Amino acid sequence: MRYEAPTTTKDAVALLHKAKGNAFVLAGGTDLLVRMKSDLVEADVLIDIKRIPSMQTITSTGGAFRIGSSVCGAEMGENKALVKAWPGVVEAANLIGSDQIQGRCTMAGNLCNASPAADSVPALVAARAKVVIVGPKGRRTLPVEKVVTGPGTTSLKKGEIVESISLPKSQAKSADAYLRFIPRTEMDIAVCSAGVNLTIGARGVIKKARVVLGAVAPTVVVVPAAARAMVGSKLDEATLAKVAKACEAACSPIDDKRGTIEFRTEVAGVMAKRAAKIAYQRAGGK
Amino acid sequence: MSGIHVSTTINGDAVEYVCRPGEVLLDVLRDRLGLTGAKEGCGTGDCGACSVTLDGRLVCSCLVLGAEAEGREVNTVEGLADGNTLHPLQTNFIKHAALQCGICTPGFLVASKVLLDRNPNPTETEIRYALAGNLCRCTGYDKIVRAVQSSAKQLAKDATKMKAKAERKKNKSKTKKKRA
Ligand code: FES
Ligand code: FES
Repeated sequence: MRYEAPTTTKDAVALLHKAKGNAFVLAGGTDLLVRMKSDLVEADVLIDIKRIPSMQTITSTGGAFRIGSSVCGAEMGENKALVKAWPGVVEAANLIGSDQIQGRCTMAGNLCNASPAADSVPALVAARAKVVIVGPKGRRTLPVEKVVTGPGTTSLKKGEIVESISLPKSQAKSADAYLRFIPRTEMDIAVCSAGVNLTIGARGVIKKARVVLGAVAPTVVVVPAAARAMVGSKLDEATLAKVAKACEAACSPIDDKRGTIEFRTEVAGVMAKRAAKIAYQRAGGK
Repeated sequence: MSGIHVSTTINGDAVEYVCRPGEVLLDVLRDRLGLTGAKEGCGTGDCGACSVTLDGRLVCSCLVLGAEAEGREVNTVEGLADGNTLHPLQTNFIKHAALQCGICTPGFLVASKVLLDRNPNPTETEIRYALAGNLCRCTGYDKIVRAVQSSAKQLAKDATKMKAKAERKKNKSKTKKKRA
C-alpha cells in the first residue's frame, strides 16, 4: 500500500485518477481506517487530503459558508458564526462519535461513506447545502441529496473528490435543527433521524420549511408533504400530527438490530415533530 | 514494502521514525518509540484507551496513521508529568482510586487534560460527555468523574496561588521602585 499526502486539489485528483487498484481518499479516517482494519476493504493507495489548505478551512462570504472537506467536526463546533447560522447542521455533525472522533471525522467523509444513518446528511439536505466536486474533467456542483445513491454508493466518478460543502446564507427568522433517536444518550448510530429547516414570517407563521429524514430508507428522504403541512401554521398540535403522518408515509426502513420497521416509522415522525419545534424556537417563533 | 520517513514532535521533543504506510500512530508510539502509555483496547476508535493529542486535538491514535504525524505535534500521557512531579490529574486519579487495571487510565488522563484546558470548571454532565469516548471495564465512572472534579478544583487553587504570588512580586518591585 502507498500513502500520499498531496498539497493541492489538482494533485489529489491526479493521484486518485491515475491510481492502479483500490484508491481511497483519507479525510478523518474514522470510517476508512476501521474498515481497513476489519479487512472489509483493501487499499492500494491512500490519498490523505488533510494537507490541502483549501480543504482544511471554513470560510464565510456574504453570510454563506464553505466548509473544506477535511475540516473535522470539532472545528465546526468551535466556529461561532457557523453555529449561529446553521445550528442544526453543526449539531448533526457534532453528534458523530466521541470527542476523539470529533477531532478527526468530517462531513464530507460522513457523506461519501454513504451510510443511510449518516447524521450530518439529513441536516445538510434540509439546509439545501451543495457539494463541490473536483475531478479530472474539472469542477461540478451538486445538491447534497444527489451524492448518495444507495447504501455505500455515491454518484462520484473515478478520480473525483469532494472539495468542499457549501451552506447558503441563512435567511432572517430562519433556523434548522437535527434530532436522532438512539437507545442511549451518546455514542451510537441513528435508528432514525430528522432534519428540519424553516423560515417564519409575521406573527410567527411558518413561511417556508424543509423536512428530511435519515435512516428510514436507502438514502435520506425529503418529505415535501410534511413541509407543506407546516407552512401557514404556528406548529399547533393539529399541524404537528399532520407532519408526523406525512413523515410516516415517506418511510421505507429496514428491520435490523437497531430497530423494527414499525418502530423506525413511528419514531421518525416524532423526531420530525420535535426537530420542527426546536427549529421554530430558534427562528424566534413562540 | 517501502518505509515512510516521518519527522514529528512528541511531548515537545523532535522525533524521527520510519513506518509502514498503513501503520497506525498507536503502533508507532508503542512498538517503535517505546512510548507504551497509550493502550490498544479496541483498535477501532471505540474505547479511547489510545487517546493522544494531535496538534492539540484529542484523537484516537489507533485511527491515525503514523505517516500523518509528519510535521505535527503529538502529546501522549508520558508528557503529562513534569519530571518526577505528577500532574494533578494523575495524583487525583490515585487519590480517588479512579483506576484498577489501568488500561483505560492513560486515555482518560489525556482526555481529561484536554477537557480541563478548554473548560477549567466543568459540570459533572460536561465531564461525562467529554469522557464518553473513554471506556473503563473495571472502575466505574463515578470515581473517575470525582478525580477530574478534584483536579479541576486543585488546578484552580494552584492558579490563584500563582496569581497571588505574581501579584506580591509585582507590588514588592513597585515599593522598591518608589523607595528608589
Ligand atoms: S484502541 Fe483506539 S479507541 Fe480503542
Ligand atoms: S481501570 Fe481497568 S479498564 Fe479502566
